Amino acid sequence: MTSVKTQQSRNDDGLAAVVPATAPQQVIKRRRKPLTWDKVSFFAVFLGLPLAIYLLFVIWPFIQAFGYSLTDWSGFSPNQNFIGLENYVKIFTDDIFMKAMSNNIVLVIFLPIITIILSLVLASLVTVGGSSKGQIKGLRNSSFYRVVSFFPYTIPAVAIGIMWGQIYDPSGGLLNGILTGLGFDQFKDFAWLGDKNTAMIATMFVIVWGFVGFYMVLFVAGIKGIPAELFEAARIDGAGRFRTAVSITIPLIRDNIQTAYIYMGILALDAFVYMAALNSGGGPDNSTLVMAQQLFFTAFSKGQFGLASAMGVVLAIATLIFSGLVFLINRLTGGDKDVSL
Amino acid sequence: MTTKVSTPEMKSLHFQPRTPATTKGDKVVGAVSHTALTIWTLIVILPLLWTFMSSFKTSSEIFASPFALPAQWKLDNYVKAWSEAGIGSAFLNSVVVVAVALVIVMVLGAMCAYVLARYTFPGSRAIYYLMLAGLTFPIFLAMVPLFFVLKNMGLLNTLPGLILVYVGFALPFTVFFLFSFFKSLPHEITEAAALDGAGEWRTFFQVMLPMAKPGLASVAIFNFLGLWNQFLIPVSINAAGPRVLSQELAAFAGQMGYAVDYGALFAAVSVTVIPVLIVYVIFQRQLQGSVSQGTSK
Repeated sequence: MTSVKTQQSRNDDGLAAVVPATAPQQVIKRRRKPLTWDKVSFFAVFLGLPLAIYLLFVIWPFIQAFGYSLTDWSGFSPNQNFIGLENYVKIFTDDIFMKAMSNNIVLVIFLPIITIILSLVLASLVTVGGSSKGQIKGLRNSSFYRVVSFFPYTIPAVAIGIMWGQIYDPSGGLLNGILTGLGFDQFKDFAWLGDKNTAMIATMFVIVWGFVGFYMVLFVAGIKGIPAELFEAARIDGAGRFRTAVSITIPLIRDNIQTAYIYMGILALDAFVYMAALNSGGGPDNSTLVMAQQLFFTAFSKGQFGLASAMGVVLAIATLIFSGLVFLINRLTGGDKDVSL
Repeated sequence: MTTKVSTPEMKSLHFQPRTPATTKGDKVVGAVSHTALTIWTLIVILPLLWTFMSSFKTSSEIFASPFALPAQWKLDNYVKAWSEAGIGSAFLNSVVVVAVALVIVMVLGAMCAYVLARYTFPGSRAIYYLMLAGLTFPIFLAMVPLFFVLKNMGLLNTLPGLILVYVGFALPFTVFFLFSFFKSLPHEITEAAALDGAGEWRTFFQVMLPMAKPGLASVAIFNFLGLWNQFLIPVSINAAGPRVLSQELAAFAGQMGYAVDYGALFAAVSVTVIPVLIVYVIFQRQLQGSVSQGTSK
């Protein structure tokens, strides 16, 4: 452990490249110790090992995917022919993939905004819904709401999908049971996931259900980080609750909202698990089909790996464009460094 | 309560409180808030309770009425789900895979984050951004090539292969969050350790790692949830291997179309949901704290 073998490993070239600041001979910088075995082994293991796994299982496949997307590779035959952008042309002229893409666009527009508004409202109610006199405080028993709301986040998405599939079940499901119990007889045997007008909305609700609690906890933490004096000052200036929420809370947790927006957007561009669990075939008239499902099907059922990789690249580019847009909009609307505390 | 006590002082020093301690507006807002939050709580909890209740019913009972309580609270469905549907072995596979992957990724992630945060060397920024890139790219893009990387290594459809991939994909998140954590630890401590003759290894394992415990705990919780819930990776690269829980659950639900045993399906979902839920309720205090740590950059 301690530096016993001081001299031996000084000429280890591989690592000297990584740690050149420790140039042992000339003592230019103060407190630079010679390259010891301790240090060399430390860097090899601490940086080398994680990086090797990361490069092999994450970065390398990502890079390969770009390469495969330019070939007609079927995966199991050894011959890969370079076909340029043909796969991309095929994708963008494929009606089913374009339908899937438009479904993803619908998801990316509505999911983040609904989830964030709902969780912001709930988080505000929990944190500043208390008395308007005395110290700024939250609602009584608010931690109960917070704990329960977080429940869905602990449940695997597959389980959420299966559970809601049963809840939406036309005859034995909970939802139609409640609705017919309340006297809405038109919903008897109504197939929420089998009707192309409701399938997407019902699916989106499931995803919102799964994430509101998580973002609520995130926003509660953000709001609690705002100094109480700011709220008090606003109150003294005569700002009501709504005004305080819009003019104080939201600007100050803007960074949290941006993070939430990007995460939810990336999820909306994927959404594979929920769609696969609720309507594995893409739903009525492909109304809930997403790009990720089409990619999975193309790759692992049809064995068209080149084409599937091209779909993956399209998905990745869509994700990057989305993240860039969110950053840009946040910046353009004045979300700058000076609002974050 | 506090207002009442301080009222005399307030009168003399500042201003006359214009309104009584609890205004009518407060009551209305409070009632509305409680109502809204209660409605959301019900929306969250009713499906879970319904699933749990239905897990004790027979299929015919489920079809007869969605609300009726089961005639008998028997564990038949659980026995069926656990052994016949293979949820039991999948559960154990999941526990093994997630536990091993979690330990490895926490150790490697902490080491990598520590080196990146505490040492400057050419390329350290580049490595950091490379890690960040892994956070933004969709996992989907990697799945097809990953399939063949594992195939060439002979790790396709094996649990060790799954563990390695889990480690790889959980690494960027782990490094990203622990990076800021290690950065915030005071430099004096490292110097003190070095003066006392501790080498790099010892400084890390005996001084820095114990200090990073709160950060490690929160990252570990999120990694656990992320890996436990993982679906895409196992169905892509472990399709023919020993199934993990989410995979088995999906497979079980997939064959439901042919052999309808909804009671067992509800039981399988309950087995998946309840253990994690119990652990969450026990540790929820740490988790609430950790979310705020994660966001406060």
